[in-house]
Amino acid sequence: MAMFIRVDIEDDVVRKTPGLAKKLVEVCPVNIFKLGSAEGTAETVEENVDECTLCDLCMQASPEGVRVVKLYES
Amino acid sequence: MRFYESEAKKLLAKHGIAPVPGKLAINAADAERIASELGGAVVLKAQVISPAAFKAGAVRTAANASEAKQAADALLRLDDGGRRPQGILVEQRIAGACSIAFTYDGTRKRPVMAASTSAGSIERIADEHPDRVVRRHFSALLPFSDYLAKELVNALGWKGAESTALTPVVSRLAQLFLKYDLTQLEVTLGKLDDGKLAAVDCRADMEVEGRRRQKAVLEELGIRVDDSRAVREPTPFEVEAAKIDVEDPRGVAGPVVEFDGNIGLVIGAGGGSLTLTDAVRRHGGRPANYAALGGNPSVKKAARLTKLILSKPGVEKIAVMSNVVSNTRADLVARGVIKAVTELGFKPAEKIAIFRVPGAWEADAFKILEKYGVEYCDRTVSISEAAKRAVDKIGKIGR
Repeated sequence: MAMFIRVDIEDDVVRKTPGLAKKLVEVCPVNIFKLGSAEGTAETVEENVDECTLCDLCMQASPEGVRVVKLYES
Repeated sequence: MRFYESEAKKLLAKHGIAPVPGKLAINAADAERIASELGGAVVLKAQVISPAAFKAGAVRTAANASEAKQAADALLRLDDGGRRPQGILVEQRIAGACSIAFTYDGTRKRPVMAASTSAGSIERIADEHPDRVVRRHFSALLPFSDYLAKELVNALGWKGAESTALTPVVSRLAQLFLKYDLTQLEVTLGKLDDGKLAAVDCRADMEVEGRRRQKAVLEELGIRVDDSRAVREPTPFEVEAAKIDVEDPRGVAGPVVEFDGNIGLVIGAGGGSLTLTDAVRRHGGRPANYAALGGNPSVKKAARLTKLILSKPGVEKIAVMSNVVSNTRADLVARGVIKAVTELGFKPAEKIAIFRVPGAWEADAFKILEKYGVEYCDRTVSISEAAKRAVDKIGKIGR
């Protein structure tokens, strides 16, 4: 269970944007995303979430589809 | 990586610096035979690398072959950090005429050579008789100049034919020091009956990171790839730590060395780990381990190393400290150590005595540490002061 980072994925946004799920998997340097079971979706790999380097590449790929939350700031 | 003296002398011989007459014996009878062939007094040197074995007496002299057999028998029983000696070097007994050493000067950041007309360890001579040691720095980038060798020899007071004989030897030693990525090369030279110089004693250490580059010469010397040359066999704790490092390519966790103290150390950054271990000891603390964490490790790697250290019997708390980090991220280290402590069922505020990892992403690290109530400090608190605070929390030697 991640203690420091939470990654929220807006399924609707990702599903409606062609190629976005694959893009998220590609851009993350620490493998936080994997392709979801449903076509065009992405899921997080829970054990890798705390590895997030806060590089923002996922949020740049989809500012509306992904949100990275620092749990230690809340 | 320490070479056995017999190997170091092979390296010298490859570059035209002959050792004193002698051979490597594999047993006492062999030593007797070699001593008999050499005739007269001989020196027997157990081929060991652990400092404890040297302290126990790894060098003996014998007046004749029979004495040599007895001495070899005793030397072969020495404990070299869990290993047996790799043979006995039996050599003609020849007095040392001068000593020459090469190493890196950390302050000047250049290689330095030092020489003395006294025989033995240059470090010891420099401590006891600093006036008897001469030094010259040289470049690790530019080809070594014979002129520098000549300067050193002249500074020793050797003139004429002596200077002419010693100068090329110093030059060749400097060249092989650079060529083979050595971190230390120390040679005592003596004069043979014909007046030629020969290596009486030799000690050489190679930079561990240079092993891949020096594969050819290591093969030539018969040194196996898996021969770590550690001063003793690794403990299960150290083996596990090495596994953590190998299994996760991000960052570096190691080398890790086990001690018997109560303060677990998660330390690193540009020589900081050595300084921090010393600082903890200086303030009366007893480190449970030495560890170097750096190179921007993953959260998992930092967590695994922390778990290993905390699982070691006798460890009461850990101190997470480093020099100023640039490529390693303080926030990822903070995540790793707090995750480990929490997953082991402890409270970070109680188990982490202090967190001093100043540098990249420290603002985020501080937020994490604040959330978990861990005492932290930035670079305005010195390494020594941070170590003192950790020791004060955990307890000094004898408490």
